[in-house]
Amino acid sequence: MLDKNGIAKRIAKEVRDGYYVNLGIGIPTLVANFVRSDIHVEFQSENGVLGMGPFPFEGEEDADIINAGKQTITTLPGASFFDSALSFSMIRGKHVDLTILGAMEVAENGDIANWKIPGKMVKGMGGAMDLVASAENIIVAMMHTNKAGESKLLKRCTLPLTGVGCVKKIVTNLAVLEIVPKGFKLMERAPGISVEDIVKATEGNLIVEGEIPEMIL
Amino acid sequence: MIPKTVKGPKEALEGVKDGMTLMLGGFGLCGIPENAIAELVRRGVKDLTCISNNAGVDDFGLGLLLQKHQIRKMISSYVGENDEFERQMLSGELEVELTPQGTLAEKCRAAQAGFPAFYTPAGYGTEVAEGKETREFNGKMYVLEYAYKADFSFVKAWKGDEAGNLIFKGTARNFNPCMCGAAGITVAEVEELLPAGSLDPNEIHIPGIFVQRIFQGEKYEKRIEQRTVRTREDAR
Repeated sequence: MLDKNGIAKRIAKEVRDGYYVNLGIGIPTLVANFVRSDIHVEFQSENGVLGMGPFPFEGEEDADIINAGKQTITTLPGASFFDSALSFSMIRGKHVDLTILGAMEVAENGDIANWKIPGKMVKGMGGAMDLVASAENIIVAMMHTNKAGESKLLKRCTLPLTGVGCVKKIVTNLAVLEIVPKGFKLMERAPGISVEDIVKATEGNLIVEGEIPEMIL
Repeated sequence: MIPKTVKGPKEALEGVKDGMTLMLGGFGLCGIPENAIAELVRRGVKDLTCISNNAGVDDFGLGLLLQKHQIRKMISSYVGENDEFERQMLSGELEVELTPQGTLAEKCRAAQAGFPAFYTPAGYGTEVAEGKETREFNGKMYVLEYAYKADFSFVKAWKGDEAGNLIFKGTARNFNPCMCGAAGITVAEVEELLPAGSLDPNEIHIPGIFVQRIFQGEKYEKRIEQRTVRTREDAR
């Protein structure tokens, strides 16, 4: 089974040379730590920066330079700042190549829910609805089950949706899956996890064809 | 040069009344109009509708207006990190309209640019699109969203000049440029207010035509919400 860093490490393998990438809050933020250093990639944060770098050294924090998680950051050579409308022009206009975000639930038809638990948690969608409605290449980083052990990969989402039919690929602590017309297609197993474990943890339709390889991290 | 300078926040906020709709720039606490917010608190105006990506934290930013129950309705994309906000929302004291962040930015920009409405794919098929007109373009579904109508817009820039020209710094830019000229009166506060001619016209982000009043803020606290750092050992 993978931990959060393991999920981030596996997703980092999906990041290709020349990609502009938007990373969501949580596990997606960790992806930047594992991207190969021999390829050219720029990270976009929707609050208005392209070319995000690592956290600043202590004492070098600048209140005017943060990411969408409101964390202090630095910029790398080639970076740029821009306003929120232009930032979402990049996103809506499909100029961002890859979007990586977290989810509370994903359904076998590609629906995603990650912004609201009615009566319990209402923090808002931030930029997630714009991102999932526009991006053509969306990877969801999530735990396969919730704390009670219930599947988060469902036939239909139970929580209010963030977007419909938009998720293409999911990397969980147990597996890599792709959304195909009939459901979740199992692509890879996490180290030490059997196909049976994944079947048990998946409520939605799971498609298992042939040998399922273990992930290479 | 058409002079836009006013003496300070008191003069800059002349005409702000109970029940008005205000736009306020900023992302989290980054790039918020700190001095205008302080003046709104001092004036005690009530029943405000505030359009702002976030609602501040309990004791800073728009949280200061929430504490005094001056806000009736909040239009934002993300409102976490504020207990008082959550309490007022759940008790029904505060009306909240959650809007996708890109849509919020574009609704400001549309008002600035003279577009009454626009279609966006964001929120299609979700509760955000409920009751809204939808339309298909090239095989994809879009939601019709309207430009905001606001009485005042309060923005914060890094440098400005007497003509109202503005330059922003870092990610403190965020929603501020989109809100300039998007309301009846735009009030800009800056860290440094310079004579006309001091700023290079090539470097100006927002031309003064979008700004009616400008003043230099007395001080800026620039509070950091998530101070994240690394050690030099981490970097090795």
